[in-house]
This record gives sequence, structure tokens and C-alpha cells, in this order.
Amino acid sequence: MSIWSYANPVKFLALSARVQPVLWGAAGGCVCLGLIWGFFGTPDDARQGSTVKIIYLHVPAALMAINAWFMMLVASLIWLIRRHHVSALAAKAAAPVGVVMTVIALVTGAIWGQPMWGTWWAWDPRLTSFLILFLFYLGYIALWEAVEDPDTAADLTSVLCLVGSVFAILSRYAVNFWNQGLHQGTSVPVATGGRTVADVFWYPLLISMVGFGLLFIAMVFYRTGTEISLRRAAALRARSDGKA
Amino acid sequence: MKALLQRDLRLALRAGGGFGLALAFFLIVVVLVPFSVGPETDLLSTIAPGVLWLGALLACLLSLDRLLALDFEDGTLDLLVTAPLPLEAALSVKALAHWVTTGLPLVLAAPVLGLMLNVPGGGYFWLVISLALGTPALSVIGTFGAALTVGIKRGGLLLSLLVLPLYVPTLIFGAEAARRGAAGLEASTPLLLLAGITLACVACMPFASAAVLRMGLK
Repeated sequence: MSIWSYANPVKFLALSARVQPVLWGAAGGCVCLGLIWGFFGTPDDARQGSTVKIIYLHVPAALMAINAWFMMLVASLIWLIRRHHVSALAAKAAAPVGVVMTVIALVTGAIWGQPMWGTWWAWDPRLTSFLILFLFYLGYIALWEAVEDPDTAADLTSVLCLVGSVFAILSRYAVNFWNQGLHQGTSVPVATGGRTVADVFWYPLLISMVGFGLLFIAMVFYRTGTEISLRRAAALRARSDGKA
Repeated sequence: MKALLQRDLRLALRAGGGFGLALAFFLIVVVLVPFSVGPETDLLSTIAPGVLWLGALLACLLSLDRLLALDFEDGTLDLLVTAPLPLEAALSVKALAHWVTTGLPLVLAAPVLGLMLNVPGGGYFWLVISLALGTPALSVIGTFGAALTVGIKRGGLLLSLLVLPLYVPTLIFGAEAARRGAAGLEASTPLLLLAGITLACVACMPFASAAVLRMGLK
């Protein structure tokens, strides 16, 4: 059985119903464990004091904010190429989650930045590109809301997502050029290979990141299910209107 | 293609179109700046390149919703979609017409307005050349935004929300080149990057615009 069989809404909903309890449980467990361990089980940083602990919210949220857009990009491509409605609806469902993650990352960053950098906001490349990402999310959601025909809306937002991805990456490097950074380098050693966070902070952070990832997947499953139900309700209504 | 270009230019010039409007808007933005930040010449000459770039960008944005909406209303757009001329080419021509009627006058007006804002002597060359290189990208990206929102009623505000984030890289490199030029620094690096963005946009965006226009009109 290939993965494409889940493009069938019935099969998708069945799968969703089966995995959701596990996902929610695992996500809740990981987030709780990560945050509690992080907040109460780790020592204060030598220079940053207890403010360092906001990292357990900030980094996972930022990670998911970017990956949510990436997931939307993949879902949009699947919609454009294979025309699976579930895929388009999953992209639509992921966008508000991505916005919330972006806002969490920006707000926790500001709360951390105030005592550490002495300012709530700085026009630093990382901060600025996150703000731009936020604007892209808003535009994407606004376009979904504005177009009435659902298939056209899915088409248009998919292309916007593709073009927006190119420009978002371009902006990311353009702002690097425009202003030198205040933000520290990455805490997550994917690109650099070397780890910049000590073990004692790293393990709860890792658990928290896994938790946020699972939480995102669970929410997308849930919201996609809601979107499918809404679509069905609209189809039923259209059919009954046609009869009357 | 030539006929389409001539038609668009004529419409923009004659029918009370965006031609004078964008230019007047640009002028007003520049005039309002000293009112809002104060008339100190030092301050004005520091921010002048940025203000001129922002003004040009907003003036470009202002005329975007007329780019396709009027043609959509009177049915010209449906003819263009079904015409033998590829839609990509038609949209490139429309973007070109938009640039000739909006971007080009802004480029030509920029030195005069720069004079009012006290741009330092060596900065004019870089200001004009950065605007000349950057405004075509604004027009083609704007065409994409206009194509996205063409079927939507009251899409003007949505258009701004969609297009402005896409303008970020162009604005950064363009304003940076103008600023460095005005400060007497080496400005060729941002200028080359700006030229790269413009060329890439001119080459690729018409395909995206045509794709979304076909989807929207379906």
C-alpha cells in the first residue's frame, strides 16, 4: 500500500483517528517533560542567569515556525502535481499553527532580549527575517480567506507558497547583507556540526524540540480533519440547496 | 505584442491612468518626509536615498491594482488568455508597460526630488542607477501580485500584503546601493546583487504570473 492511498479523505481520517491519540499523548509528554526538566532540572547559566531557560520555548517554536512553512511547501507541491485535496487542506491547516509558532518565537525572543541585550527588539538579521516570515504567513492566510472557490484558493496559495519560499530565502540572506547580527549562532547543530549548547541544557532542549514537532504534527492532523469536515458540510449544503 | 504594449501605454497615458498619479504620489511622499522628521539638512541627506527608494516602491504598489483589474472587468483579460500570444509574453509586456509608465518616470524624477532632500553630490548617479535597475523587478513582482488577486473583490489591501514581503530583497539591495553611493562608499556589490534579482525576476516571474492568472480565471 503506497502513501498516496492516504490522499483518500476516508483513509486519511481513519489513519488520523488512529494516530492522533498517540501523537497527542507523546507530544504532551515530551513538551511537559522537556519544559519541566528545562525549567526546574537545569542549573542557571553563568552569565545569563535563569533567563536562559526561555530557550526551551524559543528554540523549538522557531524550529517549528520554519518547518511548518517547509511542510506547507511540500504539501503545496503535492497539490499542484498530484491534485490531492487532503494535501491542499493540510497546507491550509498548517499555516495558522506556523503563525502561532512564529509569534511565540518572536515574543519569547523579545522577553529574553530585554534583560540580555537591553532592548525588546533589534533590527538583527535573524529577528528581521523571522518578522518577514511572519508577514509571508499572514499573506498566505489572507489569500486563503479571500478566494471563494476552494480549488482556486488552493491553486493560488500553492503558487504563492512556492514563490514566497524563494523570496523568503532570498530575504533571509539579503538581511544578512543589510545589517550585522546581534543574535547568537544556532543552538541546533544541523548545519555547523559542532554543538554550542552544553549537555545539561541540550537534552531537555532536544526533548522539547521533539515535543513541539509532535505537537505540530498532531495539530495539523486535527485541523486537516476539521477542514475535511467543513468541506463535506459545504458539499452537503450545496447539494441540498440544489434540490430545493 | 507591440500592439498590446502600445494599447497599454496609450490607456495609461490618456485615460486619467496611473501615469501622473504615481508620480504625484512619489512627490507627495517626499514632500511629507521633511514635515514628519524635521527640516535639518544633515538628517535629510542621510535618509534621502532610503526615502526615495521607499517612495518609489509605494508609488509602484499604488498603481498595481489597475494593472490587471481594469482588463479583468471589461473582458480583455479573457481574450488575452485565449489569444495565440503566450500569456507569459502578454504579462511581460504588461509589466513592461507598467514600468514605462510608473518606474521610468520615478527614475527620472528621483534626482530632482533628491535635490530637495539634499542628497550629497556623488549620490545622484548611484541613486538613479539603483532605481533604474530595481524598478523593473518591482513591476514584474507586482504583476505576479496583481495576477494573484485579480478575481478578488476589494483585493487592493490584500495585494499590498502579498506584494510588500516580496519586495524586501529588492528594497534592501537597492536602498543599500543608493545609501552607500550617497555616503561615498563602494556601492557596486549591492548594485550587482540588485541587478541579479531584477534579471531573475524578469526571467522567472512571468511564468508564475501566467500560471496563477490561468488558475484564477478558470
